[in-house]
Amino acid sequence: MKSLGSIRRDFAPWNDPNAKPYIQFENVTKKFGEFTAVNNLSLTIFEREFFALLGASGCGKSTLLRMLAGFEEPTAGRILLDGQDLRGIPPYRRPVNMMFQSYALFPHMSVEKNIAFGLKQEGMPAPDIEKRVAEMLKLVKLEQFAKRKPHQLSGGQRQRVALARSVAKRPKVLLLDEPLGALDKKLREETQFELMDLQQNLGLTFVVVTHDQEEAMTMADRIAIIDKGEVMQVATPAEVYEAPSSRFVAHFVGNVNMFEGKVAERAANTTRITGTTGAQIVVENSTDSKAGSDIVFAIRPEKIKVTSKKPADAVNALEGEVYDVAYLGDMTVYHIRLDDGQIIRASALNAARVTEDPLTWNDRAWVSFRPDAGVVLTR
Amino acid sequence: MNATWSRFNVTSVVLGFAFLYLPIVLLVVFSFNESKLVTVWGGFSTKWYVSLFHNQGLMDATWVTARVGVISATVATVLGTLAALTLTRYTRFRGRILFSGMVFAPLVMPEVITGLSLLLLFVAVGLDRGFLTVTLAHITLTMCFVAVVVQSRLVSFDRSLEEAAMDLGATPVKTFFQITLPVIMPAIVSGWMLAFTLSLDDLVIASFTSGPGATTLPMKIYSQVRLGVTPEINAACTILIAVVAVGVIIASVANKRREVQRQLDEQAAQRG
Repeated sequence: MKSLGSIRRDFAPWNDPNAKPYIQFENVTKKFGEFTAVNNLSLTIFEREFFALLGASGCGKSTLLRMLAGFEEPTAGRILLDGQDLRGIPPYRRPVNMMFQSYALFPHMSVEKNIAFGLKQEGMPAPDIEKRVAEMLKLVKLEQFAKRKPHQLSGGQRQRVALARSVAKRPKVLLLDEPLGALDKKLREETQFELMDLQQNLGLTFVVVTHDQEEAMTMADRIAIIDKGEVMQVATPAEVYEAPSSRFVAHFVGNVNMFEGKVAERAANTTRITGTTGAQIVVENSTDSKAGSDIVFAIRPEKIKVTSKKPADAVNALEGEVYDVAYLGDMTVYHIRLDDGQIIRASALNAARVTEDPLTWNDRAWVSFRPDAGVVLTR
Repeated sequence: MNATWSRFNVTSVVLGFAFLYLPIVLLVVFSFNESKLVTVWGGFSTKWYVSLFHNQGLMDATWVTARVGVISATVATVLGTLAALTLTRYTRFRGRILFSGMVFAPLVMPEVITGLSLLLLFVAVGLDRGFLTVTLAHITLTMCFVAVVVQSRLVSFDRSLEEAAMDLGATPVKTFFQITLPVIMPAIVSGWMLAFTLSLDDLVIASFTSGPGATTLPMKIYSQVRLGVTPEINAACTILIAVVAVGVIIASVANKRREVQRQLDEQAAQRG
């Protein structure tokens, strides 16, 4: 039997030109009065994909979800589900179900009645409903809580009831609005993996809205980064992190150091960049920007090495002084003030228990990185 | 907090309660008076309670009041709930401010004016004054109170409950009856009780709009008092007070128990 991991690895319909899109946003615009929540946005989601809409609050990601569920209609453009235009179809006739941020459990109904609600609306025969509810309770491990009312449950249990209720009807697509937002950190981490397993086992398409980048990175096959109602980048978590398409994405996901500068010289395989503060950086060719054009070089903290002496073989090495050190247990974060004034964030994994020659405040230090460690951004 | 009882505290508490309850205590005490003279104590007796139940006029008036109260409170609750729903849900329709102003105007309208205008209306349309007109008048009076109570509940109502129901396949009508209505039911019940109580003790509007054969209890008591207060009236009022007090006590005890139960449940849930 194949492990979930290997199934995941082979799953990449977005790279297959013949793959049929499942959910399509086509030039969708949504205005609330004068405010444009979603601006001419196009997006394609594939069947069985775990898709995350990531963005700050108010960026329009929830509006996208609500349009898919049918609570809002697009002002312009259209949304297709499995080739069918959803315009004009009310929420109660759409083959999608939503898990609400507030869970929206019916307070006057027991857990099992909550889960059975959608099935009853469908007109499913009572014995079948009973069977499906039992199945759902088992799925979320709440068998002994069937008769309880929502207010008799803890936050994590409520979340699971909401989940069971929204998948009970076996929707084609499950929409999750900040599904883990109300849980504490530890529970959130556990539940992330539960959600992923659930999605795999049921073979559903998940569209999750979140503002938590770690959550999106952990769970999603692909992430769409949304800002001001527009898609900034759609890519796998690794691509978003390692090859952000713009400064915004680089800043939004994870920590990053940015060097503003110009392309100084372009060789066969490498480009030399002159920073506005004078730093000379050599990077592998990744963009086709011409010499003299303004660019930004972005590099993640963990890809920068901090040493007390200049490494002999380093292509890129900049000198500075330790400005701040934060020991976090698993790793140490250094803030190095370069001699040109720029502060660089670098993190080092504490692989050994005791480090020889530990760097501390005000020590002279060198930061170095490989030519392929960062990306050149033109936007 | 300082738990000592200073002389000032004690005095103010005693005076405050005396101000509120002395008249009622006097009324209750004199309902057990042997003497026919209301202000002279003639020994303990319950004979006025016995004669009360033989007083056909008072019993008839009680029956009328009960029927008017139940019918008007029920109709007012339906109308008031609808008004509250409209006002909270459709926040953008034309004339909403005017509509809400008109719904809530009877709250502050002097009862004399409401009564008089209703009387004029009934006369103008040729409706004979009686049971029907008092009931209609009380619906007008109490509907806005129901609307206020229900609206305050609807404002804090989580709309995502309705969205969740629709998302799970319930039509808007089913959503209303299966989700919205059960959730706001406590507010609707309080609205009904408020409307019933208001109808029960209304004298002014009833005097304007009632006719022969539809005398309510407050009207009856008032008219008898004008001929001189009898201990019988004291007895009637004492019973009324007892009924109201028992109702209030039951409601608050039930409320308290629910609250305690809920807290226990929540603690149990926290423990897992």
